[in-house]
Amino acid sequence: MNIRRIALISVPYLWLLALFMVPFLIVFKISLSDIALAIPPYTPTLDISGGWTEVRSFFSQLDFENFEFLATDDLYWKSYLSSLKIAFISTFICLLVGFPIAYGMANAPKEWQPTLMLLVILPFWTSFLIRVYSLIGILSQEGMLNQFLMWIGLIGEPLTILNTNIAVYIGIVYTYCPFMILPIYATLIKLDGSLLEAAEDLGCSRTEAFWRITVPLSKAGIIAGCFLVFIPALGEFVIPSLLGGSDTLMIGKVLYEEFFANRDWPVAGAVAVILLLILIVPIVLYQRNEQKIMEAEK
Amino acid sequence: MPETAFEPWKDPSAKPLIQFRNVTKRFGDFVAIDDLSIDIFEKEFFALLGPSGCGKTTMMRMLAGFETPTSGTIMLDGKDISPIPPNKRSVNMMFQSYALFPHLTVYDNIAFGLKRSKMPKDEIDARVKEMLRLVQIEKFGNRKPEQISGGQRQRVALARALAKAPKLLLLDEPLSALDKKLRQETQFELMDIQEKTGTTFVVVTHDQEEAMTVASRVAVMDHGKLKQVDTPDQIYEAPNSTYVADFIGDVNIIEGHATTQGDTVAIAWAEGQPSIIGTPTRPGMAGKVSFAIRPEKVAISAEKPKDLNNVVQGKILDIAYLGNLSTYHVALPGGITIKAQTANSRRRARRPFTWDDEVWLSWTDTAGIVLDS
Ligand SMILES: Nc1ncnc2c1ncn2[C@@H]1O[C@H](COP(=O)(O)OP(=O)(O)O)[C@@H](O)[C@H]1O
Ligand SMILES: [Mg+2]
Repeated sequence: MNIRRIALISVPYLWLLALFMVPFLIVFKISLSDIALAIPPYTPTLDISGGWTEVRSFFSQLDFENFEFLATDDLYWKSYLSSLKIAFISTFICLLVGFPIAYGMANAPKEWQPTLMLLVILPFWTSFLIRVYSLIGILSQEGMLNQFLMWIGLIGEPLTILNTNIAVYIGIVYTYCPFMILPIYATLIKLDGSLLEAAEDLGCSRTEAFWRITVPLSKAGIIAGCFLVFIPALGEFVIPSLLGGSDTLMIGKVLYEEFFANRDWPVAGAVAVILLLILIVPIVLYQRNEQKIMEAEK
Repeated sequence: MPETAFEPWKDPSAKPLIQFRNVTKRFGDFVAIDDLSIDIFEKEFFALLGPSGCGKTTMMRMLAGFETPTSGTIMLDGKDISPIPPNKRSVNMMFQSYALFPHLTVYDNIAFGLKRSKMPKDEIDARVKEMLRLVQIEKFGNRKPEQISGGQRQRVALARALAKAPKLLLLDEPLSALDKKLRQETQFELMDIQEKTGTTFVVVTHDQEEAMTVASRVAVMDHGKLKQVDTPDQIYEAPNSTYVADFIGDVNIIEGHATTQGDTVAIAWAEGQPSIIGTPTRPGMAGKVSFAIRPEKVAISAEKPKDLNNVVQGKILDIAYLGNLSTYHVALPGGITIKAQTANSRRRARRPFTWDDEVWLSWTDTAGIVLDS
């Protein structure tokens, strides 16, 4: 192997090292430290000028106390579980909402498709925060949703939606649905219509052909979409902070509060490390799926 | 007992399997099938032949149930099939693109249709294996469609369409994706399979050689209309129009003015040239006609042949050497060029004629066809 090839291959690894491994090691180190009233707010900090003894005393001060603390307070594991649950249910709702939209788009007349695609990604043109704030306006007691429901006579009293988990689900589904729609649309648009005709020709009804041909052949898009929603939803903190109530437990929110409200960087670091470990599983699965799609297209 | 030829279309008491009755299909203003009527009989190998866009696939799709006629009726076994959806018709189709299910193995592709019926599991297995054997792909049952060659995919598509033992099998350009040699081999296999299974085949093709090879009858189509429906030899030897004559094989067409002379007609075609003597295709033919004659029916010689009515002299413009055959392009007085074909039974070095030779072309009174133009 020549130097050029080694250099070329090392580019992605250097990238990973600089933008993932180094920050991760910094956070990991903070999670092993103790809280301190200082800047930065933790000890120890490494001072190489002190020589070998200084380095040894630095390492001797690192410990897993913060991880032990996470295990003693049930707020944390409840938050992890609740995040997993919320991310899981949101992903499922996104699939239920997103698949029909993607299906409709893929089967719409050709000349309509660019417009429909534009409509799906249009929300990204406004800031995420503004969109979440406008949801507050829609979901509040005197918001548009309640007014509309009362106007059509479905309810007599305004519902409390804002500051509940329902608002969090609405927020996550609304925000992340495009990530579900686009990969599914991308697989459906490539589906050869003659396969469905062949299935019908061989005795399938339209519905059966959908389940036996369309769904299995869009599986890769469904899986990609699910991960693209699940992964960010799991660590989401803006939506639960702004739309959720005091009883909405999400680990992203906990992390945010530890970091900025309590200024307990070591505990926040421990929370982040565990969150990352949880996320690695779906991320690796997602990568595998992407690889499979690439191989199938070859 | 002498073997009778398979010619149900000549038997007035035979019941057709498929009947098109004044079928018209429009896409918007565009007329894809124009008031078409045709009978296709059981066990026939029927070929629809025509240029691209003439409506062949549309006819297939109406039979399979993916399109409904704008007007007219299509009957299968004497019953109007328009209310029957595609999944309930005992018609199967082999798609032009094969349309194999990429997520299923070859075995499961073939079993797909059988599993939709109420057939017991072990019978399905036996049937799939029988199909794999029939199309000679037993070894590939466990592969996915992407893991086999184009020729093998074509076989899987055929096996899948045949598996349910349909009354009627539709094949849309089944061999167009294969290279020439494989295509010719497969043509004979198709005929073999058709004979073995006794299924009625309707095959679409734009390749006239393919249609002539495989079919019991050929329908020549043009712009949604049937030009002629007949056996391959009749289509070739007795085309009913210059369109059919021109579409099937090579042909010389000479325009002229006919006058009846007893049993024959005399066609005046160029000033100062003796009339062409031909046999009329219907009594009392006169006026403007086209005289069509196949190149292989035109004899070429250095000496003027005796005892023939149709003899003209010309000069060789061009020679196309095709290995087994040579085609001579001969310029006649009056600016017409005629093709004459001879079999090369001798080696090329001994070829009797060369460029610019003056030669005599001749043919018998019955060699050509006189068509109204
Ligand atoms: N769904 C459709 N909508 C509009 N026009 C169509 C449709 N299907 C076929 N056509 C037109 O009908 C004509 C015949 O098509 P087709 O039957 O596919 O021809 P062939 O198979 O002989 O090449 C073509 O001109 C084609 O453009
Ligand atoms: Mg076609």
